[in-house]
Amino acid sequence: MKSAVIVFPGSNCDRDMAVAIGAVTGQAPAMVWHGDADLPERLDFIAVPGGFSYGDYLRSGAMAARSPVMRSVVDAAARGVAVLGVCNGFQILTEAGLLPGALMRNAGLNFVCRDVALTVENARSLFTNRYDAGERISLPVAHHDGNYFADDATLDRLEGEGRVALRYADGDANGAVNGSSRDIAGILNDAGNVLGLMPHPERAIEPAHGGSDGRRLFEGVMAGLSVGA
Amino acid sequence: MKVQVYVTLKPGVLDPQGKAIHHALESLGFAGVADVRAGRFIELDVADDVSDDDLDAMCRKLLANTVIENYRIERG
Repeated sequence: MKSAVIVFPGSNCDRDMAVAIGAVTGQAPAMVWHGDADLPERLDFIAVPGGFSYGDYLRSGAMAARSPVMRSVVDAAARGVAVLGVCNGFQILTEAGLLPGALMRNAGLNFVCRDVALTVENARSLFTNRYDAGERISLPVAHHDGNYFADDATLDRLEGEGRVALRYADGDANGAVNGSSRDIAGILNDAGNVLGLMPHPERAIEPAHGGSDGRRLFEGVMAGLSVGA
Repeated sequence: MKVQVYVTLKPGVLDPQGKAIHHALESLGFAGVADVRAGRFIELDVADDVSDDDLDAMCRKLLANTVIENYRIERG
């Protein structure tokens, strides 16, 4: 599987992402700098990693979404290339218009950094086909702006079309993780080849990480694309 | 020419920062504040021939996220 990780000034999960992709697919991804206008040819998979691109100036993900490489990512997504955005990557994909809605400051105002329980809502997507529908999994989150917002019509459409991939399952005393509308943790685009999520699957690849529930997401992409390592 | 851009959250969009400011004002003893909404002020220094359409496009394409924010442009 030929993959790429996009690197912005302030990305800090790009190497974690590269290690995760390499571990699962057996092939190291290309690391693509934000100023490059062109992506490597014949990519199967693009990951937009977490971090604090451009210092979160203006809005989280706003500057990165307008960088030269993102025009190529948007074009690649339109051609059907699988695109994964994690945390800041999710924020960048919404700012770039690849996914609807916006990620706002956490409702509790605190930076949330812990493992969260999630429910797999759609287990048929390119990214979630190695999970069971309704399965509870655990992945770490670490964000300040993960409060997913979209208007009711958009939320209804996402739910109706099975585009809510993951939902926060925690029912703990602190309430929701970040105040997200309808507890949404991850959503798909209408074609199903773009996933944005706040939790970090790349930080849960092997038991030594404290959990390995993220591994199946990358395995699912490989299986879904039907490409070998 | 100076242009002022005011970016504010749309009505109905929860504003946790505004709420926190509100609570802080109350804890300082200021009564009578019904609500606080926080926004962003951006000042541009532009050439005189920059059109209203250009300024509007700047707001739509970058300065505001129109999913959650409104903007107001004031010239001069």
